[in-house]
Amino acid sequence: MRRTAGRGLIALAIGALAYLHLPILFVFLYAFTTEDAAFTFPPPGLTTKWFAVAAANQDIRQALTLSLSVAAVATLTALVLGSLAAAAVWRTKFFGRDALSLFIVLPIALPGIITGISLRSAISVSGVPFSFWTLVIGHATFCVAVAFNNVIARMRRVSPNLIEASADLGASGWQTFRHVLLPQLGSAIVTGGMLAFALSFDEIIVTTFTAGNQQTLPIWIFSSLVRPRNRPVTNVVALLVVAITFIPIVLSQRLAARAENQ
Amino acid sequence: MQTTLPRTPIRRLGERLYRHPRLKLALILGLPALWLVGVYGGSLISLLLNSFFSTDSFSGRTDRTPTLDTWRQVFTDANMAVVVRTVSMAAAVTIGALLIGFPLAYYIARYTRGKLKATLVLLTLIPLWSSYLVRVYAWKLLLAAEGVIAWLFDQVGLEGVLAGLLRTPVIGGPSLSTSFLGQFAVFTYIWLPYMILPIQAAVERVPVSLLEASSDLGAQPPTTFRNVTWPLALPGVAAGSIFTFSLTLGDYIIPTVIGDSSPFIGLAIYSQQGVAGNLPLAAALSFIPIVVMILYLTGARKLGAFEAL
Repeated sequence: MRRTAGRGLIALAIGALAYLHLPILFVFLYAFTTEDAAFTFPPPGLTTKWFAVAAANQDIRQALTLSLSVAAVATLTALVLGSLAAAAVWRTKFFGRDALSLFIVLPIALPGIITGISLRSAISVSGVPFSFWTLVIGHATFCVAVAFNNVIARMRRVSPNLIEASADLGASGWQTFRHVLLPQLGSAIVTGGMLAFALSFDEIIVTTFTAGNQQTLPIWIFSSLVRPRNRPVTNVVALLVVAITFIPIVLSQRLAARAENQ
Repeated sequence: MQTTLPRTPIRRLGERLYRHPRLKLALILGLPALWLVGVYGGSLISLLLNSFFSTDSFSGRTDRTPTLDTWRQVFTDANMAVVVRTVSMAAAVTIGALLIGFPLAYYIARYTRGKLKATLVLLTLIPLWSSYLVRVYAWKLLLAAEGVIAWLFDQVGLEGVLAGLLRTPVIGGPSLSTSFLGQFAVFTYIWLPYMILPIQAAVERVPVSLLEASSDLGAQPPTTFRNVTWPLALPGVAAGSIFTFSLTLGDYIIPTVIGDSSPFIGLAIYSQQGVAGNLPLAAALSFIPIVVMILYLTGARKLGAFEAL
């Protein structure tokens, strides 16, 4: 058996990686093009003026604020629900435990459109008006899975001996949680939170069904794709979305890697 | 030595919870169970409920008397054509993702270690988390008639090949951006990581000793691959295909942005609830991908996909 890969295999692997990563770089390039109605390659000239145009656009600012607030509140909600669910599933057996685990992953296992249309029909049946909170409910529902997965994975690595030792030494349940459990779970909760934030910030499908007339940043981008207008500004906003989602993803990977090394 | 600990209210509560594990469980479990089973489970039930309502074609209002009329509208020839188109695309994307993803997954699993392996896995993983919409949008730029891919074909003098491809019926169109071919490229690009990761994990689990044994017994590498590696990697392939197939089945963003706007299942659901305002029909239509996926999962399970997830 050969220990090193053949040239053909390496070429195919590099090809697949290029296919995965090159396309998005062109969005960055086109944010600087001087052309405002077509996507000519190579761009006829480069400019930074679209950044100023985007920054001055009131719709974009409002959409950005809405997206950031929904992501923040949905992430916090998902962290509370996901951590509680993980605590319940960890080291306890109860009737319906498997069903609960299924319900946690279902919102991300089913195609987004099913989750979206289900929530949409519940909103319709119950007569609740669309608001900031319908968006938060939609986003928190699929973010719970991410928070849960990160926290439960870490809990499984916490030794039960530590908790018994803490109790033997006279710590109350709260003290054990605060001084023994939480320090070990901390980085997993933060990692889960950052991934949930990234997931929520650029989500479009569930968002469309729970937004009503509100515009998040992805909805703004989508509507300018369907009815092409201010193309260069769309490129700038796309660049912004990539930047905002990229930071928490990289940070969470760093944290996860550090936890792995400990 | 006997020390008495101060009996603070918190400690007293802790003791009570310790003596009543069921109460403790109820406190921890209450909120998440209420949300997931109540809100989300309830939503799924309301979806089923809605499919038995109907829309008054005159006023556009939802009529809440139970009826099977909406379900009858699902099984029309036009809708079945949509199902066939969507399922063919999902199958094509699954095969495409397998062909492009397998070499990379195999390379990562078999020939890399330590830092390089971690980096390559991360590079495969990052697109899953980052900006689905922007990644679709990037292809709008690439596939445009005046865009990067057309320019590339021009540079290497193969513009005739591109024109020929676009003239081909079914897969072609006025430009790559409005063709089935372009749609296929974007779908495959978006869901590719879901295929790579389970295959990589499955190949990782193939014991090297088996490969050495095969080679010691005189098998050439292609024979070893066909008879040892591939059967053992198959559960990973099946697991990956669940994602590529299911995600293509339900997507409506890609067919909206790229392609000739011929409807896919997801697009039909989306436009029924949005533009047409016919929520009951949208609800009934959304059971098509659910049923197709149940059939697909039953098949994938036989290939051992669930153990490879």
